Order: sequence, then C-alpha cells, then structure tokens
Amino acid sequence: MTVTLMLLAVMMVLFGGWLFSHSLNVRPWLAQTADVEGGQLPPAVTAPRVGLAVFLAVVTSLFALTVGAYLMRQEMGHDWQPLAVPGLLWWNSACLVLGSVALQFAWQAARRDDGPLLRGGLLVAGGFTIAFILGQGLAWWQLQAAGFYLAANPANAFFFLLTALHALHLLGGLFAWSRSVFRLWRGATPRSLLASVELCACYWHFLLLVWGILFALLLNS
Amino acid sequence: MAEHGQRSVPHAQADEFDDVELVHPKSFLGKYVWSQDAKVIAIQYGVTAIAIGVVAVVLSILMRLQLGFPNTFTLIDPSSYLQYVTMHGMIMVVYVLTALFLGGFGNYLIPLMCGARDMAFPYLNMLSFWFYLAAVIILMASFFVPGGATGAGWTLYPPQAISPGTPGVDGGIVLMFVSLCVFIAGFTMGGLNYVVTVLQARTRGMTLMRLPLTVWGIFMATVLALLAFPALLVASLMMLCDLLLGTSYFLPEMLNLGEPSSHAGGTPLLYQHLFWFFGHPEVYIVALPAFGIVSDILATHARKNIFGYRMMVWAIILIGVLSFAVWAHHMFISGMNPYFGFLFATTTLIIAVPTAIKVYNWVLTLWRGNIRLTVPMLFAIGFIFTFVNGGLSGLFLGNVTVDVPLAGTYFVVGHFHMVMAVAPVLVLFGAIYHWYPKITGRLLDDTLGKIHFWVTFLGAYAIFYPMHFMGFAGVPRRYYGFGLTTYIPDSIQTLNAFMSVAAIIVALAQLVFFYNLVRSYFRGREAGPNPWHATTLEWQTEHTPPRHGNFGAELPVVYRWAYDYGVPGIKDDFIPQNLPPDQVEKSEPLAQMSRGRLSL
Amino acid sequence: MAIAVAVILLAMGSVLFFFLSPWYLTPLASNWGTIDDTILITLWVTGAVFLAVNLFLGYVIIRYRFNRRRRARFDPENKSLELWLTGLTTLGIAGLLAPGLLVWASFVSPPKDAHEVEVVGQQWHWSFRFPGEDGRLGPVNNRLIDEHNPFGLADDLAGQDDILVTTPHLVLPVDRPVKMVLRSKDVLHNVKVANFRAKMDMVPGQTSSFWFTPTVPGEYEIVCAQLCGIAHFAMRGRIEVVEQEDFDAWLKAQDTYAELAQLAPGDPAAGEEHYNNCVACHGPEGQGNQALNAPKLAGLDPWYIGRQLWLFRSGARGSDENDRFGPLMRPFATMLPDRQAIADVAAHIASLPDRAVQVSLAGGDPERGAQRFRTCANCHGQQGQGIRATNGPRLAGMSDWYLERQLQNFRQGVRGRHREDPYGNQMVEMAQVLVDDRAVSDVVAYIMTLPQPGAEVASTSPGGREE
Repeated sequence: MTVTLMLLAVMMVLFGGWLFSHSLNVRPWLAQTADVEGGQLPPAVTAPRVGLAVFLAVVTSLFALTVGAYLMRQEMGHDWQPLAVPGLLWWNSACLVLGSVALQFAWQAARRDDGPLLRGGLLVAGGFTIAFILGQGLAWWQLQAAGFYLAANPANAFFFLLTALHALHLLGGLFAWSRSVFRLWRGATPRSLLASVELCACYWHFLLLVWGILFALLLNS
Repeated sequence: MAEHGQRSVPHAQADEFDDVELVHPKSFLGKYVWSQDAKVIAIQYGVTAIAIGVVAVVLSILMRLQLGFPNTFTLIDPSSYLQYVTMHGMIMVVYVLTALFLGGFGNYLIPLMCGARDMAFPYLNMLSFWFYLAAVIILMASFFVPGGATGAGWTLYPPQAISPGTPGVDGGIVLMFVSLCVFIAGFTMGGLNYVVTVLQARTRGMTLMRLPLTVWGIFMATVLALLAFPALLVASLMMLCDLLLGTSYFLPEMLNLGEPSSHAGGTPLLYQHLFWFFGHPEVYIVALPAFGIVSDILATHARKNIFGYRMMVWAIILIGVLSFAVWAHHMFISGMNPYFGFLFATTTLIIAVPTAIKVYNWVLTLWRGNIRLTVPMLFAIGFIFTFVNGGLSGLFLGNVTVDVPLAGTYFVVGHFHMVMAVAPVLVLFGAIYHWYPKITGRLLDDTLGKIHFWVTFLGAYAIFYPMHFMGFAGVPRRYYGFGLTTYIPDSIQTLNAFMSVAAIIVALAQLVFFYNLVRSYFRGREAGPNPWHATTLEWQTEHTPPRHGNFGAELPVVYRWAYDYGVPGIKDDFIPQNLPPDQVEKSEPLAQMSRGRLSL
Repeated sequence: MAIAVAVILLAMGSVLFFFLSPWYLTPLASNWGTIDDTILITLWVTGAVFLAVNLFLGYVIIRYRFNRRRRARFDPENKSLELWLTGLTTLGIAGLLAPGLLVWASFVSPPKDAHEVEVVGQQWHWSFRFPGEDGRLGPVNNRLIDEHNPFGLADDLAGQDDILVTTPHLVLPVDRPVKMVLRSKDVLHNVKVANFRAKMDMVPGQTSSFWFTPTVPGEYEIVCAQLCGIAHFAMRGRIEVVEQEDFDAWLKAQDTYAELAQLAPGDPAAGEEHYNNCVACHGPEGQGNQALNAPKLAGLDPWYIGRQLWLFRSGARGSDENDRFGPLMRPFATMLPDRQAIADVAAHIASLPDRAVQVSLAGGDPERGAQRFRTCANCHGQQGQGIRATNGPRLAGMSDWYLERQLQNFRQGVRGRHREDPYGNQMVEMAQVLVDDRAVSDVVAYIMTLPQPGAEVASTSPGGREE
C-alpha cells in the first residue's frame, strides 16, 4: 500500500508542481498590452494526446489501488496461499509483447505513410492481443481445473480480479483498434490514421507495462 | 444597472486554434436529447441531478419525521429508516453534488470561461451524461426490488452491507454497487473532457493564472475525482465478488445471524481504507467547485477584484494534493492501527491552513468592496458563514483525541452537513441565480429569490447547528429511536421535533425556488448579455443564451485576468477579460475616485 | 443590510447558545478528563475564530455596502497581511494539534497494570470474557462458535478458566485501569459509554482495544456507535462500576468456560416432575389454555423457556404493577429451586408434542402484517422460527391471543422494561415500530399464516423467504 500511495503522491505532487510553476513570477492582475502569445500548450500537445495521458493517469490509479489492496490483503489476512502461476502466462506475455511491438511498427508506418506495413502491423497487433486475451481465459480455465477456485483463496480471487481488469482495458483498446482498422479498410490514408494509431500504440505499451508489473507481482507472492 | 450599455467586444482575428469539430444537428432530438453541446449536456445533468435531489430531500424529510415524531408513522420502520439514511447520503453526495457541480456547472462554464467552442471530446461528453442517467435509473430501481434499497449507511461498510440483518442485502446492495460502477465509468468520460478542455483548449491569452477561480475549482475537483473514483470502483467490484462469487476480500470468519458463513480471512478495514481513499477527496470534489464559484460570485457582486488570487489558486492546488493524505481521519476509532492517528491528525489539521486562507481571502475580497446585496451575493455570504461554522467543527473531528468521544454522534452529522451539504448547496443556489440569466436570457425574480434565501439559510442553520450539541451529549447517529436510552436527556426529543419542523419548512421553501425557475423562464425580466457587469468570457458572448459553438465567428482573445473590477482610472468599474488594453475607456480625471494602485 | 445583522446575530447567538443550552458533555466518569480538556481548548480557539471572522464579515457588509458614487479599492494582493494570517492560523492549528497528539499518545499506550476484559460484539448485544487465574485470555476463532461455545474458544488450556459473561451486563472495579479488548462475531460494532469518553469499533476477524480507568462508581449505559443492522438503535448494555471487593464477589459468581461445559444438560425426565405444577394451567402437553390466560409452551426452545423462568423467578418479569397476568406466573417460577431444575423443566417442555394452534383473533390483515413483520424477521427469522443467536424466540405456531397481549405489553412497557431483562429492553424498543393496535393485530395475523408444526415448512409460506 505504501508503494501505491507513494506512486500516487508523486503523480499528484508532479502535477501540482507543474500547475504551481505557472504561477510563480506571474502577476495575473496586470493586463498585457503586447500581443498575447502565452496561455496555451505547444501545438504538438493535441487534445487526444492530453486525453490519453489523463486517462492513463486514471488507469494507473485504478491498478495502483488494486495492487495496493492486494498487498494489504496479503499482509493483513492470514490465509494467503500463493498461486501456482500457470506456465501459459509466459506465452501470453510474449503475445502481448509482440502485439505491442507490432503496433510500434504500425505507428512508424503511419508516420511514413506506408500503407501495407501499417495494415500488417495493425493486424498482427490485433491478432496477438486477441491471442493474449484468449490465453488469459485459458489460464483461468486451467486454474479452475487445477482446483484454484475463485472463492477458495484470496490469492486466486486477486488473480482473477487483476487479470479481468487488465483484459477489460485491453478490450477497450481493441475497440479503438477496430475503428482504425475499419477506417483503413474503408480507404483512409495511413497518414490520416496517424493520430489514432499513435494513441493505440501508447495505450498498448502502457498496458504491457501494467501487465509486466502484475505478472511480476503474481510471480513473487 | 441597466444604464451601462453592453459594449461590443472585438474578437480575435482568424482563429487557427479552433480544431473542435462541432456537430450541429437539426432535429429536436439531436438538439436537445442526443446533444453533444456541452451547454445542453450541462442542463441535462442539472435537471437529472435536481430531480434525484428532490427524491433525496423527500427521504431526509421522512427521516426527520421519524426522529422528530417517533412511532407516529406506520410507513417508517427501522429497515426503511436505514434505507432512507443510506440513499439520502449516497444520492446527495455522489449523484447530486458531484454531478451538479462537475457535470452541470463544469459542462456549462468550462468551455465558456476558457473561451472554447465546446468540450474537447463532445461525443464522449454526451456519453458521459447517458451513463450518469443510467446510473441514476439503476439506483432508483433498487427501491423497487424485493427487500428494497440497501440500508447499510452511505459508507456501505462490510460486513453489514452484505450480511443479513441489514435491509437490501438481496438486491438493493447489488444495484447500488452496479450503479456506482456505471456512474464512475460515465464520470471518467466527463472528467477527461473537463481536464483536457482546461489544459488544452483555452483560448489565446488565457493563461492558467488568468482562469476564473470557478474553472480552477472545477478543474482541480475533476482531477481529484479522476484519481479517487477508481478506489471506489475497485472496492465496489471486490464487494460484488464477495457477495455474488463467494470471495473473501473483506469478509473474515464470521456468523450471519448465528449461522456460520463460508468466508474466511478477509479484512473489513481494507474496504474502509479504499472507501475513504475515495471518500475524503470526495469532500473536496464537492467543496472545491463551491470554493471557486463563490469566489467569482463574491468578486462580481462586490465589484472588487478577488483578494490574493495567487494564494487562492495555490490553496486549491494544495488542498487537492493534501486531500489524498488525510483519509484515515474517518477511521480514528475504526480499529485500525492506532498509531496512524498521529499521522492523519497532523495532515488533517495541516489542510485546515489553506482552507482558512481561502476564508480570509473571501472576507478580504468583500473588505473595501462595493457590495451589492443581490440574491447570489446573499447566498455567497450565507456560504461563508456556514462554511466557517462547518470548517471549525472539522477541527474537532480531525484532531484525533477530540474525535474519540464525538465520532459516531450527531456532532459528525452536524459537521458534515454544514460543510458539505448546506455550504455547497447555498453556493449551488447562488450559482443558479447568478448564471440563470446567461442560461435562459432572463433574470430570476428577486423577491422570490430573497424569500428562498432567508428560509433556506436560517432554516438550515436551525436544523444543523443544534446537532453539534446533541453530539456533545453523546447522541449516536443512525438511530431509529432513542427509546430507553437513559443518558440522553428527554429535552433532546423536543430539540429533534424542532429540527424536524425546521427541515419541513426548508424543504417547502424549495418549492418557491422551483416556481421561480419555471415562472422566470417565461415571464422573467430580460437579462441582456451581461446583467451583472461581469468580466469573465461567458458574459461576453454574442448571443444570450450562447449558441452552439459559444462564441461568434471568432474566439475571443484574453488580455487580462478575470477580476478587473474597480480598476482605478477607468470609466467603468469592470473590464471584460477580452477587451484589448487600447480600447479601455479612461475615466475623466475629475471623476477619478479610486485610491487604489494603478495597474495599467 | 439584513444579512449583516443576521450574520452578526447568528454568530453571537451561536456562542450564546453554547453557554445557555442544557446540552453538553455527559458527566465524566473516567480518567479521560484530558479528552475533555482538548475539547475545551478546541471550543475556545474555534469559538474565538468563529466570532472574529463573522463579526468582521458583518462589519464589512455594512461598512462597504453598495454606493453608486464609490468604487471598490483595487487590491490584488497584500503579501504581509496574507503571511500574517497564514502564520497566525498555523500557530493556532499547532496549538490545537499538540495537546491532541499528547493525549493520543497516552490513549494508545495502556498502563502496564491494566486488567483485561474482552468484549465480544454480535447482532445485537455484547458479551464479556475475563481471563481466569492464569491471567491469559484463551485463543478464539469465530469458526468454533456454536450453542455450547458461544465465545468460540479454541481447545486450549488457557481458555478453560476464562470467565464468560453472556448477558450484556459488565461489572468493573473503580479506579483500576482496564483494557477493553474488542472483537466481533459478525458485523462491525462499537462499545461506547458516553461518560467514559473512550470508545472503539469492534471488527470481525481482528481485535482492537482501548483503555480507561473508571473513576466514579455507578451504572453506565453502553450503546453501539457503529451501524450494525436494523436493531443498531436497540443494542444496549450496561457497565456497573463498583468497589474492588464487590467486583471480586461478582466475578467469582460468574461461570468459567470449564464450568459451563460441565453443566449437566436439562433432563426431561427430571423436568417432568417439576412440570406437574404447570399442568393445571398450561395443560399436560403444554398446549396452553386461553381461558386461564396460560400460553402454549410446546415448541418453545429450552433456552427461551429457561430465560423466561429465570426472569419470572428473579422478578425481572411479571413484577410490573400494570402487568395483569405475569404476576400469576411468578409464584410457580419461584417453586423451581435452582438452575438445574429450570433446565430440566425446559428440556421436558421441548419434548412435548408440538401441535398446530387455531386462529382465535379476527380483524388483522396478514398482508399489511407482512410489511411490519420484516422488522421482526431479523431476530425471529423469516418463518418466525426463532433464532438463538439473536435471542429471538419462536413465534410461528404460538397462540395468537398471547402474542398480541405480549406485543401490547412490550409496547406499553409492561413487559421488558426491567433492568435485568436486556432482551426485553430490546423488544420494548422494537415494539414501538407497531404504532397502533391495528399494526399489532396485523402482524399477529401474519404470524398465524407462517408455517406451523406438522405442515410443510417451505411450501405454505406466503411471503416469507427460506432461511
């Protein structure tokens, strides 16, 4: 829990500090006679990018708190029995890494206006992501079959909760991904897709990072 | 105030920043129902929140009837009493105050005050409202399932929230959590919009430090909400798992009315930590927009710049950051490690400093002002008085030792109603009187407004101030009746009856308000674009009410902060934010009356 | 202008109200005078700030009221004023916090010589456990709780001599620090005595604690200060503070876990002999006799019969001056010589054949009664079958005329107001839910529709839910 709180505290302090920095040495009550330049973010900081950044902060908070609850429950309860992490999870992780890499390629392709590579990158990424989600489902099934029922132990319950939350976020990502694919097939130019492919790629990298942390947590407790 | 003509305001030249694609639907449905216009969404939010707020008020009256005149009404048994308590609290805190301040005023004011055409993601914004409406409907549905709504208290603590012996364990509690999850999903969509719009879509010249405090308050509250609501989401999901799937996140080995339950090893305190990690920032999610709005009302109607603007902004930021470090002060006597008490009492009392600064600055804004006692101003003054009262009683509960005898008593009820119910609601009313002319083009009736203010302000004080004394006397909260309790004096019953009568009067006074809303919409005095002679951008729009897209062909350019009231050497006593310095009319040297510092 | 006057009058009125109102802290009866001191400090500081801010506010509203010919002063910032105010506030806050933390430091460290009492919360009463001669409380687990082991004591030597007090009535010695160790069997509870100031929640799955020293002999009421379900408001207990020797005598009279386990179970055969005194009124099969105002006994659980006999015997029931029929029972109850005899007769009654009763009252509406009964169901069960854990006796299959009379007795406080009858006290509170005679006959009519002995239990229940 302390780790979680520190993480959120750092997020808040950085953000607060950034806001604060805008106010130092500013005398807001003085009107500006010269032409106004200030006030806005650089043009590169588009609304979708800011939106994604804010959303990632929200998702960070969600997973940080769930992990915090995981650690607290482990510490406070006395009935924690570590989970036998299915080997399948390694394969799933590999899928997710490949999906992320493929999206990175798609992003590069969109930037270079390379239609075939974009198409390929998107499809491969989607395929690996769907494989990952199916693989997670299979891992659930394996655990059930091995007697690690949801209600039997908090470790199992948290495994199901964390993987379900993570998979749900990936499904949300796949929705955005499918819209890009759809637009590509309807004849949109790769360049016009740059904005959405870039967001998808960042989101995937982020969820890969989250999965990495969750996986490490599952392996080490 | 009609003698000041509305000045025409020049707009910026070609507007290369206008990259929001606006959908302008033609049909009625598209315009008013499936609208993507933030202003229409704001009104949808507002109307829904007020409608459900009326339900919550009725519930509170039912509670007061039982407390004031116990054992008179067949309808109210202990189960329904607890259901009223729970639903009143949850509806008011989340579905009314959060939704009205952020969804309602946030949607209406952020784009206008920032000088944006609309929110950054209008479609998402529309979806946000429909999620909210769905959440409200699910919540209302819980009244009608077998067993009724949940009666676990608005905090929904396990185990009692999901154990027999509490009303609504069959269906009500499930619907409550589902509704909360839907609300949070919807709020996240809206919240992304508010934050991104403030960060990214401000018009030229609108630096962060020129934003009106209203925007600052709503913005920071949204940031808090975005980071805090996930805690409630996780807690809700885990509770649903415990209830429906038999997991044991929160439930230890225990009995259900004598029968052993299948749960083991869980810890109820984990839920409390998660809940209050959301719950305390939630207080500021409601309070910060109120702080912001009241600052603008005070400045506008006192015709004076806000005192210590930078300090006000810093206080908002500091309160926001600190609000994540105080949650366990709700748990001083919860059975958690008592050594946390030292830490959380300290952080809690530290947060009182920026809050106190805000109060000083409001009063100092009035100081040497030129105060017009309009209806919004009355509500703002009422807010200051109530908030000072509620803030000071918070010093009792935040200070761990003092909290021990007072926790769980009516002192707590009195405190949080003062600080988090009456104070923000007074601001809400003030804000509605203040912005109604912009929203509808007509002023609300002054006399009715004053009647509404006086009854609400004095009546609410009569309800909640005596509660502190019941708390001193040790009267516990969430009690259906005080029957055989011997240490509670009988005079408390008289007091309760008095408070109930006051509550009924206050509730009835709201009918005057609703009548005023409806009547003024059709017959109110035409307001003109800027009836209060305010400086902020929403009063400088070409049309009143503003059309979709807010501003005319070009977005305004901002040259100054939002508080140029009473600037010396200027003809009028206010300068709109978008008035270029070279167009400001100087006053005649002879007529110059101000003694203030020269700023131009 | 009215608003300025209102602000000033309200501010002064609020302070005056504090001095004039009769409602203030209950008389202190523990060592926590320091808590009262911190409250007092906070009151003085906040009261001064409250007055200062609001009087200034009122003054400002009057002094700077609107004047067409005047301008507000343009006054964006005043660094020194703001610094002063911040500094003063910080000082004030520190002045509040420091004593608070000091007192808290002693609150969290119980003295070495404090004796321990365990308080166990459950829906909706408390019970207590003292360590026995070994000075240690035996280990417990909620899993182990059953009828014979209400505290869930583990099979451990340390628990054998623990002294168990199952009624919510605790006796403590005066002037001796006591550490209250708290746990819960089901949901969250609290143990609050206003006069002691200290309190703490009881949480299932863990223990919590607080300590205090009772300083004034007398009797104090325990209430619950954490929502624990529908009978939260009726959860009551009491603590009696007495001299050390009285405490020792009281403690000696309580049973240890080992002693309770050794109590012989009630013997129906032995009970039959005692029951001969009951036959004349209650009938040979305990079927009751309305003409003699004798209720049906067959079908009632032994723990309930035992408790009521004990109450009659000790005068906690049937001694109210307005009770017409209760006093008739008292002489018969006093004929039972001891606890064993009561257990025997209760066991005998449990062995009697349980036959269905006939409806004798008309006029109640069972449908409306079903609404009222949802309150009752929490303790007496959805089918009115009675729940031992909540001390709610069986209602289904009992005589309706008797149920109605007892409900009226509870409502009017004729039964259940005696201080030695804690569950009766609760029933008095709960009976207030039935606001008039019609509500009483409705709920009785509904109880008569609940499945009776001999009938199929589940299928005939109209509104009830399977337990």
